[in-house]
Amino acid sequence: MLIARVIGELVATYKHPSHEGRKILMVQPLNLDGTDRGVALVALDAVDAGVGDKVLVVTEGFGANTSVGRFLQPIDMAVIGFIDHIELLPGVS
Amino acid sequence: MYFGRVVGSVWATIKNPNMEGLRMLVIQPLTPELANTGKPLICTDYTGAGPGDLIYWVRGREASYALLPKEPATDTTVVAIVDSVHLKSSVAPESRPAAAPEPRAAAAAEPRPAAALEPPPAAAPESRPAAVPPPAKGRKPSRKANSC
Repeated sequence: MLIARVIGELVATYKHPSHEGRKILMVQPLNLDGTDRGVALVALDAVDAGVGDKVLVVTEGFGANTSVGRFLQPIDMAVIGFIDHIELLPGVS
Repeated sequence: MYFGRVVGSVWATIKNPNMEGLRMLVIQPLTPELANTGKPLICTDYTGAGPGDLIYWVRGREASYALLPKEPATDTTVVAIVDSVHLKSSVAPESRPAAAPEPRAAAAAEPRPAAALEPPPAAAPESRPAAVPPPAKGRKPSRKANSC
């Protein structure tokens, strides 16, 4: 799973039926220090996250499918939680 | 899922029988600001997207679920055509270039920075025009509503 920030939403009129009824979020994975890590991803929303939220993103099919309550569907990423706080050992960043 | 743009098609006459009848698209991954990032790749298509369309694709085993009951030997499938991207520039880190107010304008300007990076201008035309074709005229008005 990844720590990420929601940076936007996508609008897609024509999409796979399994993506209907869920927000399609653009999320930017983050390093532990909060800087950007790699390229932004597209994830379905399973927790009603919004732009600016720091969230937990699952990047594997089974986890993503079950979190949005749909099975055997082409969904490989989903936002599955909000991150309130990250506690690290001293010196870890 | 990953965000990108359709920049071409692939034909293959001899292929896995389960792949018969499937379209295969060349996809250029994009950043949220519609700048190219990473290398192009081939995706099977669920949507009927054409060159220039913004799309997102699924990777992994789930890619073949979009094409059930066929079970094609694919690991990436385009599953949606993106109409617009809504970004909140206020949450964009400083490291990211300022979000363009009009994404289509950003897309039109897209080839220029790439060409600027390549000193000989002749190097750009050999791949760029095919790689970033002009968007379909008919669909453009719907994209005008985009905002960043």
